[in-house]
Amino acid sequence: MSYLIRRFEFFAITLWAALTINFILPRIMPGNPAQAMLVRFRGRVSPETVKAIEVAFGFHSNEPIWQQYLEYLRNTFTGNFGTSVTFFPVPVGDVIKQGLPWTLGLVGMATILAFILGTLLGMLSAWRRGGFFDAVLPPVFIVISAFPYFWLGLLVLLAFALTLNWFPLGFAYDLTSSINLSWDFGGQVIWHGTLPALTIVITSAEDYVKMARAKGLSPVRIMFMYAGRNAILPNLVGFAMSLGFVISGAILVEIVFNYPGLGFTLLQAVHSEDYALMQTLFLMLTVAVLVAVLAADLLTAVLDPRTREQG
Amino acid sequence: MAVRVVTDPAAVGTPVVTSRQGILGTVGRGLARNRKAVAGLGLFGFFVVVALLAPLIAPYDPHALQFSQMLQPSRTHLLGTTGTGQDIFSQLVFGTRESLLIALGAGVGATVVSVIIGVSAAYMGGLWDHILNLFTDVFLVMPTLPLMIIVGTYLHNRGLLVLIAVIVITGWSYGARQLRSQALSLRNREFLEAARARGERSTYIIVFEVLPNMTSLIVAIFFGAALYAVLAAAGLQFIGLGDPNSLSWGTMLYWAQANGALLAGSPVWVLAPGLCIAALGAAFALINYAFDEISNPALRPVRKKKK
Repeated sequence: MSYLIRRFEFFAITLWAALTINFILPRIMPGNPAQAMLVRFRGRVSPETVKAIEVAFGFHSNEPIWQQYLEYLRNTFTGNFGTSVTFFPVPVGDVIKQGLPWTLGLVGMATILAFILGTLLGMLSAWRRGGFFDAVLPPVFIVISAFPYFWLGLLVLLAFALTLNWFPLGFAYDLTSSINLSWDFGGQVIWHGTLPALTIVITSAEDYVKMARAKGLSPVRIMFMYAGRNAILPNLVGFAMSLGFVISGAILVEIVFNYPGLGFTLLQAVHSEDYALMQTLFLMLTVAVLVAVLAADLLTAVLDPRTREQG
Repeated sequence: MAVRVVTDPAAVGTPVVTSRQGILGTVGRGLARNRKAVAGLGLFGFFVVVALLAPLIAPYDPHALQFSQMLQPSRTHLLGTTGTGQDIFSQLVFGTRESLLIALGAGVGATVVSVIIGVSAAYMGGLWDHILNLFTDVFLVMPTLPLMIIVGTYLHNRGLLVLIAVIVITGWSYGARQLRSQALSLRNREFLEAARARGERSTYIIVFEVLPNMTSLIVAIFFGAALYAVLAAAGLQFIGLGDPNSLSWGTMLYWAQANGALLAGSPVWVLAPGLCIAALGAAFALINYAFDEISNPALRPVRKKKK
């Protein structure tokens, strides 16, 4: 039981740390972001919005700091993240709701692609331990791990979109069509998403192969006979922890491909110094990783009897 | 190996790590036999030489705007020119300096923070260990790129030191975690018991007894942090959070992207700096792996048995 308590403690403290970093950053940084934002908002927003911005960015310096902190926490938990400067007057929450499905879809597509490629490679590698693939794959992975994500994206773009013309240059669907639920549109989404997803996969292929070739068994056997316990257990939490890196990579890849997900939104927020949007994005991404880690922890607790004994 | 445990009671009171040369000799011999280490060190050495001799190697002033714009590679311009008429090859050569400086500076910074936090967590134990470990995990889990982007955007001063500081803040946690677990395994060894028994102060024990026994892991962590720094700096500079007037590979990629180099038919402008980043990163990754293998024999590759 103490294992689970420790993991929940970790979840709560990390969440609190992310919230607090968001609260402290604008107050310790040089310059006055709140003032800069208010100047740009002048006469365009309601008094309540002005108040929310003041609270979030420490403009109300006459109020005691703990009171600002409490108000900030209340606003965050009730989903009042402020108004975006970039997409004025859309609230930050709505901007994020627009980008989220694209990022989730991209990461999902990458996972499916990675599973297929990783299983194939793992199978080839586990087939003969100490054979050709065992000799060649590890050094290749070391070199690939040193590639900048975004540059790999540019390479893929150059090769498959510009030179071979197999895939489109970017964005999530054809600019001439609008979002709808049809087979044609679904095909566009997959067609546009393939290159960005492939880029994410290439840089994280190592984890998948490790998972598949653990113990030198065929992947099918690992999946079904061992039911994930022995082969996947040690990797599970580590895999969830590394989700932060995957997200960081996805952000840069989206920027290269002009993919309308959260990473691209973050870049737009940076360019127009949209602090409210930036900080909420950071919070959302942290929460996403934390939920994944917590899920992995719970699964580990279910699968691994050792965690139930003492911890 | 670098870890020497004293079991002979007569030896208590003499330094456990026999001599500095002993460690260096062991590590040196291990490195020379490790192909990854040789390749990595060779690449790294190449870039150090280029950085030092940049004015001799580069044919032109990297800032000079004196040439025609977007020239294709030719004999006079090995890699062509940029959208503002600078020689790409000269920029690449001079850019080595800043890229290398960021990697080594942030690598050292992150390693120092990891050592301080990781080793003291393990050594102090109890509640302190719990708190410091939690602190490390928090930084390990947080998505670092968005955090770096936010801090970088707030700081309008985009100098080299700011860039290095941002990378150190987000890059120390992985090493701290590894160091903590190794320090924990050392904690109850006899030679440390002996040092405590003769009444040495904790700082003495940590600096002169624990750290020397962790040398190869610390070196591995340094190169791992340097790899992280190369990639992080490139990413930040690419999205425009570096100093746009500085000369480094990431900044070159930023300008290449801003000028639409790929669409304008100058792929070399994108390929060359990225290839350098990847090569320097690969050098660090290879050395990092080699040191991991030296400090942990279980990681060594499976070799086919000779008949």
